[in-house]
Amino acid sequence: MQIESPIRQPLILGNKSYAQITDEIVRPIEGRANKMWYLVFTIAALCALWGLGLIAYTFGTGIGVWGLNKTVGWAWDITNFVWWVGIGHAGTLISAILLLFRQKWRMAINRSAEAMTIFAVICAAMFPGIHVGRVWVVYWFFPVPNQFGSLWVNFNSPLLWDLFAISTYFSVSLGFWYVGLIPDFATVRDRQIVPFMKRIYKIVSFGWSGTTKSWQRFEEVSLVLAGLSTPLVLSVHTIVSFDFATSVIPGWHTTIFPPYFVAGAIFSGFAMVATLLIIMRKVLNLEEYITVNHLESMNKIIVVTGSIVGVAYITELVIAWYSGVQYEHYAFLNRATGPYAWAYWIMMSCNVISPQLFWFRGIRRSLVGTFLLSIVVNIGMWFERFVIIVTSLHRDYLPSSWTMFYPTWVDVGIFVGTLGIFFTLFLLFARTFPVIAIAETKSILKSSGDGWKRKTKEKYARIGEEAEAH
Amino acid sequence: MSKKTILAKFTDPDECLHAAEALVKGGVKIREVYSPFPIHGIDPVLGLSKTRISTAAFFYGGAGLSLALLMMWYMNVQDWPMDIGGKPSFSLATNLPAFIPVAFEITVLIAAHGMIGTYFFRTRLAPGIQPMNPEPRSTNDLFVMEIVLQDNPKQEATALKNQLLELGALECTDDELRYED
Repeated sequence: MQIESPIRQPLILGNKSYAQITDEIVRPIEGRANKMWYLVFTIAALCALWGLGLIAYTFGTGIGVWGLNKTVGWAWDITNFVWWVGIGHAGTLISAILLLFRQKWRMAINRSAEAMTIFAVICAAMFPGIHVGRVWVVYWFFPVPNQFGSLWVNFNSPLLWDLFAISTYFSVSLGFWYVGLIPDFATVRDRQIVPFMKRIYKIVSFGWSGTTKSWQRFEEVSLVLAGLSTPLVLSVHTIVSFDFATSVIPGWHTTIFPPYFVAGAIFSGFAMVATLLIIMRKVLNLEEYITVNHLESMNKIIVVTGSIVGVAYITELVIAWYSGVQYEHYAFLNRATGPYAWAYWIMMSCNVISPQLFWFRGIRRSLVGTFLLSIVVNIGMWFERFVIIVTSLHRDYLPSSWTMFYPTWVDVGIFVGTLGIFFTLFLLFARTFPVIAIAETKSILKSSGDGWKRKTKEKYARIGEEAEAH
Repeated sequence: MSKKTILAKFTDPDECLHAAEALVKGGVKIREVYSPFPIHGIDPVLGLSKTRISTAAFFYGGAGLSLALLMMWYMNVQDWPMDIGGKPSFSLATNLPAFIPVAFEITVLIAAHGMIGTYFFRTRLAPGIQPMNPEPRSTNDLFVMEIVLQDNPKQEATALKNQLLELGALECTDDELRYED
């Protein structure tokens, strides 16, 4: 048995037994949803339907229903794409990077964070798909033999790299998530009385029995998948940033983009995890598993990545000045003082200034403070992508084609629709899946559970007293 | 023909591990231990060797990398070389920098899915498969040790049960082996 220092805060509060952990995590699946759940679910599902309707409208009428024009050919949709992909990154960071670093606090939050990753990537992947306009030929994205003889996709293009990055990221995250879910589905299966439920969970648990060899393989597979996902998650946002960085547009053509985008992605992803978990722990009565200590750890990551993002903003400005290129000079001057200055300053205040409040312990450990700041961060990160994309495009090398970009109601509606899809999927997840990794949580009960920690502490105090007596 | 088994149920993973060590030292052969989460250190006691699944992942990754490079070379260099912006695709070596991202992604893709597939296949995991844990609580809060009497002809069933209870088992029950190996 692993002994943890008594000074470390317990990760599972209350004097829990293994059976209690199962009961408390599985209860939301077996019980009935309350009115609040149905209300929120209805709103989310209506938003999702609204968004899907507008996507259908876009397909039927054409991309002209969006606010794009010949100067700004890429704005709202790619902003949403980058924003959603970025949000997804926290899930992989929690489940993969924190696994490699043996951070036990990940165990209470990794399941829902990974679910968030998958749903966010689904929302993200919709945008490039619908921007092609002619969705019926979307398979041209892929290197498939086609009617043009042997014309293939261009592997020198960052946009194609992005396709491979997002597809790999989505499918590997899904696999990683499911591998972890199988033993927990088996736990749900073995306690069902209703035949229908038992049958469903028997199918999804793939016949898991928890033999020693399967656990041995399970742990190895989790470790290797974490090792594969870690460079994968870093590569995904790196490649997303290449979409911009490899072009010759002022404000985009910078080598700082990959680390800056990755830090921003983790920053916004953790903020979204915090937003979701603060609500989820309350609604599903999981406050003893997802504790204030967990939120504080996440807030520490938010303040670090937020500061990295802040340094990146300032570095960009300094390098633009130092480059001596007049176009670069103007791109950044235009960002901070041009017609989109309001967006730039929203970005600066939400991403750089407000997260610094997390240096105060009181704010870091306050639920209301964390919740509000997590929303502020996500607004800020959305504006970051908007600022980078739109301000660099709307005033290009040719002043005669300078213009402004304004979203149409269809643009806004599709974005609201993806929020609806995301929350619909997350709410369904919260009702049907074990939202906390049951097996993993049990495995740390004896080292990090409150009751056990107290017992070990008493034991050591006794040993100390005996030693003194001798 | 059914095989008679003894199921020893423990409530604590460490007690289960210590009991397994004591039994194995006394010459008892344990067929299986079912647990709600991994009991670290029990694999060598039961005589299980280290899993080779990570080696398999390495080879899947190698296959993915080769496949990716072969695909990009064939499509962009061999079959239909494009000259975009005065930058033609001459050979795999000169184009390699642009091929790195996709090569990396496909390496990860094949390595991860190949390993997951191997894991499912070797561990017999698939939708519809009958679970074989003899005690439903073994996925909840019990650590269940399965001892097949045929494996231990020298042991006497009652003595074995008493020994298990002394080693901390909550209870011992008689059962039959649910699967054939």
